[in-house]
Amino acid sequence: MSDTLTAARLDPADREALLDIATPIVIVGHVDHGKSTLIGRLLYDTDNLQDGKVAQIVESSKKRGLAVEWSFLLDSLQIERDQGVTVDSTRIPFRLGNRQFVIVDAPGHRQFLRNMITGAADAEAAVLVVDANEGAQEQTRRHAMLLRLIGIRHIIVLLNKADLLGFDEQKIRAVEKSVTELLAQLELTPSLFVPASARDGDNIASRSEHSPWYTGPILTEALAAVPSGNTRAALPFRMPVQDVYRFDDVRYVAGRVERGVIREGDTVEIGTQGSKARVAKIARWHATDRNEAEAGESISLVLEPDVIPARGDMLFLPHQAPEKTARIRAHLFWLRQEPLRVGESFRLRLSTAEHQVTVASIDSVLRLDDLTEQQAEEVGPEGFAQVTLVAGEAIQFDTFSPGTSDGRGVLVDRNQRIVGGAPLLGPADLKSGHAIHPSGGEVGEAERARTKGHKARVVWLTGLSGAGKSTIARLAEKKLFARGIDAFVLDGDTLRMGLCSDLGFTDADRHENVRRAAEVAKILTQAGQVVIVALISPLVTDRAQARKIIGGAFDEVFVDTSLATCEERDSKGLYKAARDGKIENFTGISAPYEAPTKPDMHIKADGATAEQNADALVTHILSVI
Amino acid sequence: MDHLDQLEAQSVFILREAYRKLKPLTMLWSLGKDSNVMVWLARKAFMGRVPFPVMHVDTGKKFPEMYAFRDEYTKKWNLDLLLGYCPPVEEMDPTLPPAARSAARKTVGLANMIEANKLQGVIAGIRRDEQGTRAKERVFSPRGASHKWDIRNQPPEFWDQYATPHEEGMHIRVHPLLSWREIDIWRYVERENIPLVDLYFSKEGKRYRSLGDSDITSPVESNASTVAEVIAELETTKTSERAGRAMDHESEDAFERLRVAGYL
Repeated sequence: MSDTLTAARLDPADREALLDIATPIVIVGHVDHGKSTLIGRLLYDTDNLQDGKVAQIVESSKKRGLAVEWSFLLDSLQIERDQGVTVDSTRIPFRLGNRQFVIVDAPGHRQFLRNMITGAADAEAAVLVVDANEGAQEQTRRHAMLLRLIGIRHIIVLLNKADLLGFDEQKIRAVEKSVTELLAQLELTPSLFVPASARDGDNIASRSEHSPWYTGPILTEALAAVPSGNTRAALPFRMPVQDVYRFDDVRYVAGRVERGVIREGDTVEIGTQGSKARVAKIARWHATDRNEAEAGESISLVLEPDVIPARGDMLFLPHQAPEKTARIRAHLFWLRQEPLRVGESFRLRLSTAEHQVTVASIDSVLRLDDLTEQQAEEVGPEGFAQVTLVAGEAIQFDTFSPGTSDGRGVLVDRNQRIVGGAPLLGPADLKSGHAIHPSGGEVGEAERARTKGHKARVVWLTGLSGAGKSTIARLAEKKLFARGIDAFVLDGDTLRMGLCSDLGFTDADRHENVRRAAEVAKILTQAGQVVIVALISPLVTDRAQARKIIGGAFDEVFVDTSLATCEERDSKGLYKAARDGKIENFTGISAPYEAPTKPDMHIKADGATAEQNADALVTHILSVI
Repeated sequence: MDHLDQLEAQSVFILREAYRKLKPLTMLWSLGKDSNVMVWLARKAFMGRVPFPVMHVDTGKKFPEMYAFRDEYTKKWNLDLLLGYCPPVEEMDPTLPPAARSAARKTVGLANMIEANKLQGVIAGIRRDEQGTRAKERVFSPRGASHKWDIRNQPPEFWDQYATPHEEGMHIRVHPLLSWREIDIWRYVERENIPLVDLYFSKEGKRYRSLGDSDITSPVESNASTVAEVIAELETTKTSERAGRAMDHESEDAFERLRVAGYL
């Protein structure tokens, strides 16, 4: 009965609109160019206000001694009204004919860029409000650049306050031309320019009589024409693993299909490791069983064999693999107050994956005054740049593409704060990019440091046999590498197996062993590496020589473990052999160990775990590279 | 996918993020339509289970029908129910208008529960279309140790990357229904056949559109006695949903003050 009742009361367009998914539209522009006024007017003219709202606006405006202020509608927060600026982005549902929209109001105030991104990042189209009288201003350029970086393709330019130019065609065309040129510099092509007055409602929801020369669509017509096509289902399948559950002895691989379609029976490849599994079941609860799932669906897969992928692993179909590289070129919009510098490390979040990356180079920075790309040492707050990111492992990704979730990189700092957006542009070509200058065949120390994101260094671990030097060195190496730092361990046993296999354990041979280790370490630093040498190197004079060979970038680290502990550990059985007299010249037993008197770092290894000692070493290394 | 499918998929994604990233986690179950939808969505996300406790912060002043509903569905849905209690109104800020002062009890009750259980995540069923202040919310909204909502200093949130706690004593309010409209909730209730407290349906020409404490919530004029009739009614109304909630209307900023202090 009620269905019949409803059908009788609603016309088909109304019903369709109520069932529509809303198209997000972001409204941006320089402060005071009239964004909030436009929204208020738009809602009023299109009958999208709840009863009582208009009266409320009139009353609020009166209270503050103002004429009707449409912007009050949005500024529903007391603090905003008192300041007269929109603090944060707001979403307002809005209907035009049979179509639903969500208007995202983004603030024009400069320091609130991060709020704007919050509102604008998933918009389908944008209205860029430009005061026809003032023309494009700093925030006009900033917002336009952001529209480009977040991948909004449909841009409607509203030339507001056209009444101040008397809706003069020539004057308005001139503004249009200058804005077109400006956007072209950012590789943006607006779909349309609409001369309008938001305050008076000209060309918003009804055609103005003041601009008879303008025959294009008015704003509401332009919005209704925004394409809402979702083409993600037609692209190759991608599902980043969000989590893995085990309920009632069944393992579920949970995630959202980001694009394409997956069917039961399909074989999927999992992440970078190349393992494969068959989709045995697409599991859903309280839903009609369907043997396929398309882009946008949050599902759970049961895989055969019962492999256990990790969060962040990408599932894809064979022969449709994403890009895979450890060096990525990316756009960047920088949200932190402190500038970004080369060598800083972050977590790169990419849908559900997270990778440690280092900014290896800042390839260019956009200057907003004239929209040119400049060389720069740093990216300032709210700046736009192109950078090269380097990870410790290969990252799987698709190049950023508007209308999809591909390549949507986000940088977070060690406190998990989002500090920037990084649309991924593709693998970084080692040969191009000005971080390296192959011409003339000379690549200097500084260039290498810039490319690697850190300086070269030798960290020389000295201590008794069994003190834990190699263990600490290996752990630190792993930790550093995970941070994108090119670290390498040179340990005594490795050297003696090859390079120094001709040497024994006499004083002279030991001296030569240390010298060769120092020379190799030096060469590695010239290659830009952080070298962790793990060598007993018992004599003060030998270590002094090593420091001399290597030069300034040298740290002596004393791994201080008591002889008793080393002997008790005796991992290689050497102490016992030495005590039994089977080994001669054994340091600490039958040969001297001269402890450093002023090491650059003193690891008192007895009271801590190897893990803790390695962490301390990593901290020290990070402070010197 | 129709628009309910899309809303559902996005909410499931959010709930799975919360379950993965925030521990301990709990869901506020106020027994109203939105929080029932939320429990339902959790079951969608986790194959019929709710793998974390649900929490009812009880003012002691709910309608008797709501308590009966709670007891029935705690069992039927196999929920791990946490109960929190609210301090008496005399302990609340006396400068708040009467209804807001009464509602503030819940804020304190919730804060006590968060502290007692050292919660890192609290899932709440607020929607942007309910009230202007709620429209400013993030999906993951960080709260400092004082539980205050710092509206002027919210973190950026885009491309499905959400805030995580980074300080001792901090927690995250998770809002999986933020993008839903009132009518979406009802259509979803209809499609999924989700049980609701009877108070939502008309008796003698009146029904509750939104359920709060029995002393500060009033019914609206309505003849809608089934889910389908409620939907039909909502398709044509322009009156706001919270019109029957006294605390929203006492002064221009009463509700905002409540929210900044940690109210939902």
